[in-house]
Amino acid sequence: MTDPVLTVENLNIHFHGSARTTHAVRGVSFTLGHEKLGIVGESGSGKSQTGRAIMRLSPPSARITADALRFGRTNLLAASEKQMRAIRGSEIAMILQDPKFSLNPLMTVGKQIAEAYRTHHRVSKAEAKERALAMLESVHIRDPKRVYDILPHEVSGGMGQRIMIAMMLIPEPKLIIADEPTSALDVTVRRQVLSVLDELVDRTGASLIFISHDLNLVADFCDRVLVMYAGRVMEDLPARDLGRANHPYTRALLESLPRLDQPRAELPVIRRDDTWRTGALA
Amino acid sequence: MTAIPATLGPRTPAEARMQQLRITVSKLRRNGSAMLGLILLVIIFGAAIFAPWLSTHDIYAQDLTNRLARPSAANWLGTDELGRDIYSRLLHGGRITLYIACLTAVISAPIGLVVGMVSGWFGGWVDVVLMRVTEIFLAFPSLILALAFVAALGPSIENAIIAISLATWPPIARLARAETMMVRRSDYIAAVRLQGASAWRIMVGHIAPMCVPSVIARVTLNMASIILSAAGLGFLGLGAQPPSPEWGAMLSSARQFILSNGHVAAAPGIAILITSIAFNLVGDGLRDVLDPRHD
Amino acid sequence: MRDTVLEAVDLTISFNDGAVTAVKGAKFRIERGESYGLIGESGCGKSTILRAVAGLNTDYDGSILFEGRELPERRRKEHFRAMQMVFQDPYGSLHPRKMVQAVLAEPVRLMGLGDEQRRIDEVLRNVGLGPEFRFRYPHELSGGQRQRIAIARALIVEPKVLLLDEPTSALDVSVQAEILNLLTRLRRELGLTYLMVSHDIAVIAHMCDRVAIMQHGRILEEITAPDVRAGRVAEDYTREFLAASAPAITA
Repeated sequence: MTDPVLTVENLNIHFHGSARTTHAVRGVSFTLGHEKLGIVGESGSGKSQTGRAIMRLSPPSARITADALRFGRTNLLAASEKQMRAIRGSEIAMILQDPKFSLNPLMTVGKQIAEAYRTHHRVSKAEAKERALAMLESVHIRDPKRVYDILPHEVSGGMGQRIMIAMMLIPEPKLIIADEPTSALDVTVRRQVLSVLDELVDRTGASLIFISHDLNLVADFCDRVLVMYAGRVMEDLPARDLGRANHPYTRALLESLPRLDQPRAELPVIRRDDTWRTGALA
Repeated sequence: MTAIPATLGPRTPAEARMQQLRITVSKLRRNGSAMLGLILLVIIFGAAIFAPWLSTHDIYAQDLTNRLARPSAANWLGTDELGRDIYSRLLHGGRITLYIACLTAVISAPIGLVVGMVSGWFGGWVDVVLMRVTEIFLAFPSLILALAFVAALGPSIENAIIAISLATWPPIARLARAETMMVRRSDYIAAVRLQGASAWRIMVGHIAPMCVPSVIARVTLNMASIILSAAGLGFLGLGAQPPSPEWGAMLSSARQFILSNGHVAAAPGIAILITSIAFNLVGDGLRDVLDPRHD
Repeated sequence: MRDTVLEAVDLTISFNDGAVTAVKGAKFRIERGESYGLIGESGCGKSTILRAVAGLNTDYDGSILFEGRELPERRRKEHFRAMQMVFQDPYGSLHPRKMVQAVLAEPVRLMGLGDEQRRIDEVLRNVGLGPEFRFRYPHELSGGQRQRIAIARALIVEPKVLLLDEPTSALDVSVQAEILNLLTRLRRELGLTYLMVSHDIAVIAHMCDRVAIMQHGRILEEITAPDVRAGRVAEDYTREFLAASAPAITA
């Protein structure tokens, strides 16, 4: 068996607020191979903080501890800020919810993609432009030459997110962390963006961590799913088995969704069990 | 989540307000520089209020045999060119300076708030007219504007207050306008509109509570420049008149001895400096604590 | 016999002096006690219709009829009282500096209803919160609790129609279930009529009897909830929309 791409053992994140300390992530462990891993949970479940901790992009008030946080052979906890800068972007890329906040509003999208490539590869400007155009084409942008020269505010949400994907994937990272990449998009556009992401991940052989609140989306898109609640992993199971999940929280979460195929007068409401917070994990 | 169990919550409106106040105060207390400013302000206001009891000499009593004396046991900060005790005059001068500053704030803040809110809420030609007027006032340096006004009405403390107010309200109006334009688009204002509230009621009851905190913070920051303007007018002989111990006037009469007897000018100068800094520190702290966007 | 509460006839809404037409000739008719859904993607004009019906934007062509009478440009208090709105974002729809008591007292005073305290306690109980929530500020409440307060604010004037603008899209799934259940119960108990806007077809199918699918400012077709579930639709766009929203998890 090959080395895992990412190893997380007993990850804990505390936030030191002015009044009290919050334990946001509590003993999360998982290993990631060459696969698409979904992390689902509701707000406050710690799913996004887990993703940020891997990138070492947690807010300053966070204290991160773990028995292991390894990316390949690199110990991410012990890596210097300089090492992390080299890793971010070229080895691990992050795609966030809203491309509007992630793209530089004053630079044409093509230039930004070419720059992203040039930061990690020593090539000429002309070659970087070639690569950027090819990349725009591979995220199914119809007229890459035109799109290359437009500014971020001129693109729609779906195209913006495809541009983000192009920019993040052009240095060919080994791991991509996508934090709610499609929640700001309309349903019909969502599909398109996901299939682009799927295609590129498959082609480059990268691993993917897909963070979302949407169970259906994760079930559809990922190979494996971690269900998080109150900072802990409730269940770790293959995505296709999500419909047969064991944990009462996962079951309740699925049940509480309105469904087109099963009309119901009333939606079951989650009865939260304190042992999910404190009890031993399955 | 900040949600707390209902059983622990306040049981009366007064209790709820007290709880909010406590949170605000505790936020302010953690802000070191704001606390330093606040302590300084308490000392300065205390000194001004209790000036008659704290002073050691009659502030108008001249003693030409003891003029321009250095600090000593008898005259703690020395005496001025007419032999008057500088320490006592400084205390009484603080009353005048703070009186001018506070009255100016009380006059200019409501004017600025009303103009800004009306302009921001109604928009259209109302906004255009009010903002052009505001800009005319903004176009003149505040001291020049005050100078022109005092020159027309004659020098006195009251005219100085009106003159400085004239130069102080426009930035407040701009601030209130920006705040109003942001708030008026929000859903909670839409909700009151759907309850049939009049424009007046929405402005007073729903928009003003959002604007007032930032206006208070802004006015506190402005206090420093108001004090400087007041001192400037006094210095130029257009504010408080001699023998009044207003700080600017004191500085002005001391300037001819600034090279030979520096302490005479230093005392009011340092007083102006410290008071301005104190207001600035508190204003900065208030802005951080009261700004609803920081909640 | 039909008892139409709300009707839109050739409703056209433009912005920027006609430069942008957000809604083109929309037409629908809502019966008393019915729940009617408007669905579409962002920018399709569904929320614009809702705001026009509510009276937040009266600059439209065509007409909106309430109980058979055309609504005037300047709405009167009784119009506002009859139709209330619940907004999408519970974090933006409550005044950050007003406690629940003040939020709920304001409409009672504005409408001159009287009996303030009894109404407040009753409406709080109705939305599943106790009277102990009266003295809370919005920042002390969770998203779900805020949305309950927003619903209470709409209900306290005893409206006939509730206009729901994506009332659960900013909430977690488990909280969404609670709020949807609450809305279902309130409609049944208080005999309300709903006009609900959403981009989530599963939520709309759960809540509404009939749905209008919108695209680019036009209503493409009107279908019943059972037809949505069965996929009996006429337009290609509707089919595509349904396919994109189909659940992936089968138990």
